[in-house]
Amino acid sequence: MNGLRLYGRYVSVSWRSQMQYPASFIATSIGAFATTITDFIAIWALFARFRQIEGWRFDEVALLYGVISVSFALADGLTRGFDVFGERFVKTGDFDRLLVRPRSTALQLLGYEFRATRIGRLAQGMLAWGVGVHLSSVDWTWTAWGTLLFAVLGGVALFSGILVLQATLAFWTVESLEIANTLTYGGVEAGQYPLDIYARWFRNFLTFVVPLACISYFPVASVLGRVERTGVTGWLLPITPAFGFVFLGVALWVWGFGVRRYTSTGS
Amino acid sequence: MSAIVATLRPYQAVFKARFTLLLQYRAAAFAGFVTQCWWGGIKLMVLAAFFRSVRTTPMTFQQAVDYVWLGQAFLTLLPWSVDPEIARMVRSGDVAYERLRPLDAHAFWYARAIARRTATPLLRAIPMVLTAGLLFHVFGMSEWALSPPAGVQAAALFFLSMVLVILLSSAIATLMDIATVAALSERGVNALVGPLVIVFSGSLVPLPLFPDWLQPALRLQPLAGLLDTPFRIYGGHFAGLDALAALGRQAMWTIVLVLLGRLFMRRVMARLQAQGG
Repeated sequence: MNGLRLYGRYVSVSWRSQMQYPASFIATSIGAFATTITDFIAIWALFARFRQIEGWRFDEVALLYGVISVSFALADGLTRGFDVFGERFVKTGDFDRLLVRPRSTALQLLGYEFRATRIGRLAQGMLAWGVGVHLSSVDWTWTAWGTLLFAVLGGVALFSGILVLQATLAFWTVESLEIANTLTYGGVEAGQYPLDIYARWFRNFLTFVVPLACISYFPVASVLGRVERTGVTGWLLPITPAFGFVFLGVALWVWGFGVRRYTSTGS
Repeated sequence: MSAIVATLRPYQAVFKARFTLLLQYRAAAFAGFVTQCWWGGIKLMVLAAFFRSVRTTPMTFQQAVDYVWLGQAFLTLLPWSVDPEIARMVRSGDVAYERLRPLDAHAFWYARAIARRTATPLLRAIPMVLTAGLLFHVFGMSEWALSPPAGVQAAALFFLSMVLVILLSSAIATLMDIATVAALSERGVNALVGPLVIVFSGSLVPLPLFPDWLQPALRLQPLAGLLDTPFRIYGGHFAGLDALAALGRQAMWTIVLVLLGRLFMRRVMARLQAQGG
């Protein structure tokens, strides 16, 4: 069985096990929707009061928020194994079992659990996205949709990369550190607004260290025709999400380094 | 007198035991502290950009800064979720033992809830207030720093209001615990109440910044007493009679919700369904 088919098998097993409790699945998904929609309510309330944020309108921010929310929801649903890596695998020594199987550890962790309830976050992201598209005056060409789709793919790669790095840290700290939350949830929080409203050091951090700008702000600004706000050459903007994949690649390389250094906790 | 002391002893004991237990989680508190600072910072940078975009605002930027930092400092006071131990008791059926205690069940759970809102929040609030109030000045970030209360009177009323916050928040948390017993699971309760608390307490966006047409309703609803009331008193947004009226609303909601809790507790415990196996 090749890797992709094995992964498909993992997902289908995980899906079926979660569907054993349909009521719980529906309740948790609705809960996730209700909790995450509050961020969009905040955007709405602030725009109802202030009308604009340094020249950016509500529909534009709604689109930015929608794109980054959808990316994070997908990444969060796919990478549960990395998220709980410290407690479930390192602390218990269960990672040893992954090492003796003839498949890559990354693939096995990716298949650990597919979290269907993340559909709640995904749905509210798509709702915000829809509101943004509906209110905007942008010409929705295939190029525009393609740019945003590529941005989402890059975003999934970037957020997954952050979670892989969090898991790698657990090789040394044993416990999963929630410090990565400042980059995942915090990234969604910061990236839902156009980055030019922030101070330069913060914008540079979100561009060059953790390339969040590349997976929402740059491509969305290009679709919205707001190239001049970014200070980047226009044709570059739509292809910047590629840096999300570069980030994931680096994260997986660091992960491999961690795996080679791993010593079991025993028992 | 000694009869009163004897009656209160068990409630005092559960309060003390919970308090000591919760003080153990120092590392978690530190991680939480760093996260709260980061979050507060992002929130303020966004608000600053909004404030730069218009001329007239319902509160000054300094008041908004104070509101946000206090919100981060006292975040754990909010009734976020059902007491995990009570949720476990409901799941295992152990909740039936609560009926055997020769104690007032509501008062017992209420005392637990108050303890949960005193130990951890203190650990969180002190470093946050010190960092935002002092350290920021040292690093030359005075415009982002928490300023002192608007006056001596504001400080005194703020303190009083914070005491009411603990009592009100615990009353809501106890209601959530009771709802868990009735629903046999904490999931639905948490999913429903959590978002409401975030939005209507002022934790998400300072309530004065919501649209003007919503203001009268926002002022009267009970969740405003969880954060918004003391923070507005602190910054001088509510002063004099306004402040006293706000304190009155807080106290009134606390009494109403405690009485409601006692009523529900009696009904739920009278026809208690225990799970087990």
